[in-house]
Amino acid sequence: MSGAELGLALSVLLACAVEAVEALTIVLAVGTTRSWSSAMAGTGAALIVLAGVVAGLGPALTALPIDALRVSIGGLLLIFGLQWLRKAILRAAGIKAKHDEREAYALESAAARAAGAWHAGFDGYSFAISFKGVLLEGLEVAFIVLTFGANQHRIALAAAAAGLAVVLVVLVGVAVRAPLARVPENTMKFIVGVMLSSFGMFWGAEGAGASWPGGEAALLAIVPGVLLLALALARRLEQWRLTAQAREASPAILTSEQASGA
Amino acid sequence: MRLLAAALRAAWEFVVGDDWRTAVGVVATLALTAALAQTGVAVWWVVPVGVVALLVLSIRRAMRLR
Repeated sequence: MSGAELGLALSVLLACAVEAVEALTIVLAVGTTRSWSSAMAGTGAALIVLAGVVAGLGPALTALPIDALRVSIGGLLLIFGLQWLRKAILRAAGIKAKHDEREAYALESAAARAAGAWHAGFDGYSFAISFKGVLLEGLEVAFIVLTFGANQHRIALAAAAAGLAVVLVVLVGVAVRAPLARVPENTMKFIVGVMLSSFGMFWGAEGAGASWPGGEAALLAIVPGVLLLALALARRLEQWRLTAQAREASPAILTSEQASGA
Repeated sequence: MRLLAAALRAAWEFVVGDDWRTAVGVVATLALTAALAQTGVAVWWVVPVGVVALLVLSIRRAMRLR
């Protein structure tokens, strides 16, 4: 397996694991609160739609000329990856709220209970919420599978990595029977943002006519370079946030000290 | 027609998200790379420089909106 293929598998595995954890929380909440059979039916239907998207678009994408494919997919990956990376940096700096599976589970369960009574048999609410949750979380994974896979003509490898992540998350979910709150989701999202941006940069530039020094080996410099940049930005923003908080708190301290005559 | 418009809007939201300026910047950076590549000079550095600038600007915009 080449370095780029390893990067493909790792990126898809992490991205898919993160999205699967979020989807699992939704399915667990409606399944536990209302109807397991309807929630599983919704999950299955969404997985069929996602498999259809990948199977339908995959061959069409790989039929494109390689440079056109690389510049268009690289560009899309870069746009998409920079979004992930920006949010991940803001989360790491404590500026944007981190995703909390326990809180998401509580909110989803409360909404499921408030949605009204249901009878034995098919529950439309459980089906619809599970279908929507799995489809929306899964579309991001399908996008990553298609872009990474098509660029290297390894859609099967990308799909296998995504499948492995789903199986792992489902197995752990079944064993734990609770939202997977201990999974370091925010760290994983940070790494995925770095990988998407790095590969988008590599393929986008190649497709636009650039030749990277060292060819594919340039990824060994691009990935750590993007990671260091993201970490430096997160650290700088965190320092800025702490300074701003201290500045906001200091007038209050002064006032209380003055009031006590200190 | 309405369905197509809704699908396009969803695709835009999905890929571009809340920061269209970054998307425009990426397209401009790749276009500049392609144009400079025609002249035969080494252009591999254009995209990394563009990405650093776009990421910093995107974060600054996000901070201003807070």
